[in-house]
Amino acid sequence: MRSPGAVPAANLGHLLRDLAPQVLSVVARRHGDFAAAEDAVQEALIAASTQWPADGIPNNPKGWLYQVAVRRLTDQVRSELARRRREDAVASEVWADWAFVPAADAEVHTDEDDTLVLLFMCCHPALTPASAIALTLRAVGGLTTGEIAKAFLVPEATMAQRISRAKQSIKASNVPFTMPTDAERAERLGAVRHVLYLIFNEGYTSSAGPALNRPDLSNEAIRLTRMLHALLPADGETTGLLALMLLTDARRAARTGPSGELIPLDEQDRSLWERGLIDEGVALVTATLPTSPIGPYQLQAAIAAVHDEATRAEDTDWRQIVAIYGVLMGLEDNPMVALNHAIAVAMVDGPAAGLALLSTLDADERVAGHYRLDAVRGHLYRMAGERDRAAAHFRAAAERTASAPERDYLTAKAAQLATGERT
Amino acid sequence: MRYMLMMHAPRGKAGDYQVSNWAPDDLKAHIGFMHSLNTDLTQAGELVDAQGLASPGEARVVRVGKNSAPAVTDGPFAESKEFLAGFWIVDVDRTERAYEIAARVSSAPGPGGKPLVIPVEVRQVMSAPPVDA
Repeated sequence: MRSPGAVPAANLGHLLRDLAPQVLSVVARRHGDFAAAEDAVQEALIAASTQWPADGIPNNPKGWLYQVAVRRLTDQVRSELARRRREDAVASEVWADWAFVPAADAEVHTDEDDTLVLLFMCCHPALTPASAIALTLRAVGGLTTGEIAKAFLVPEATMAQRISRAKQSIKASNVPFTMPTDAERAERLGAVRHVLYLIFNEGYTSSAGPALNRPDLSNEAIRLTRMLHALLPADGETTGLLALMLLTDARRAARTGPSGELIPLDEQDRSLWERGLIDEGVALVTATLPTSPIGPYQLQAAIAAVHDEATRAEDTDWRQIVAIYGVLMGLEDNPMVALNHAIAVAMVDGPAAGLALLSTLDADERVAGHYRLDAVRGHLYRMAGERDRAAAHFRAAAERTASAPERDYLTAKAAQLATGERT
Repeated sequence: MRYMLMMHAPRGKAGDYQVSNWAPDDLKAHIGFMHSLNTDLTQAGELVDAQGLASPGEARVVRVGKNSAPAVTDGPFAESKEFLAGFWIVDVDRTERAYEIAARVSSAPGPGGKPLVIPVEVRQVMSAPPVDA
């Protein structure tokens, strides 16, 4: 019945995380109450993580988890029914459904669409981003509350409450555990992608410095996006998102120095970039661009691919990047995209052309006064040889950013210019 | 977004830690208020940390001295009119929410159950940089 020998903890963790959404979707469909099902599956996962290392992995791990979760729910239903029986005589109908606990070797049929339904549920637009992220990591990612708390550096009690509030909101909104209608589907899928991208960014941007015992959120986001991509291989934007994550993650080792200081793209040691991730990302985006309706993730991935394919910073094909930003601006009205477009234009046509584009952004209240606008002006004035103006903009940007490594980087740029150092 | 909420208490003529001169029921109400605030913040999934600091009479100011040894003097600075009594770190979706929490801290009851209207300094905690383009 059991496979012999000790189970390496890492393998066990992977197995449990892969099985978590499959088991939960079946239990949630059968039980109807998503919140209760989620608790039961979490308990089954915890039971497995303590029992399997000693006893070995069962022959049918999915069946085992399913049985433990259903038994847990059956106990709940039983006590609930006992309470109701005292109050009235109805309830036998519900009971018939729950009298049967499946055997541990039962064939558990998971419908692939169920995992998708699960993602739609956890990334429901009614939830705040912080709640959706936490719930997705627990219910779909199979992480424990303690692991998620560590990843976000908050106490476990705080994270537990965030997850339980998320489940209450879902319960209160009466969202059924079913596939959304075709009309809703595109919007809901957009919300899923957005949550996965937020998880990736959280992991990617905080990966500098000591990360002892912190679960790697960017790897987790990539794993979940791979899963989504496997479910929807023809969805261009999901492919684009996966490609964007891989092409960004490829540069992770080069992005920060030994003490966590930021290294901008043009100063990175490109030999540290991960070739395997770049090749995979480029292949994905190349395959999807001509065949799918165009979207922002595919275009951002295409830009990342152009950067990643340049062996040296000076080999970057900025003309192509300008063109892609042009298409992106046509798709969405986002001042941050316009800002990046201005940088690309400056690289092709010179700083004056870039600065002229920036002046139109001063009237946009979403970005006017934002530190990024000053940071970009700093770069462009430096390109133009206007050292004093460049230094002033870098200083203004450094004062306003809420990121410590970025503040250090911008302050250093201002100092270099002020001391007359040639850069 | 993370914010640090710093509660500054006024230094009194009758001694710094005026709370110790309050009527027992007033003190109890004050402690109960802070306790339920922290419970609410935990339940909202927002609390990262909350600590009260010991009386400023016990505070010392440290500078580096000879041979890198700590040079310790009584502190804090005698001329300051306020001292840091405690702090919260909260993880919230928007700045306004941090202000709401700070306002609730400020409404903590004092003698006779009257709100203290303590000034609370709200500062954003530096975070990781955004993803590069």
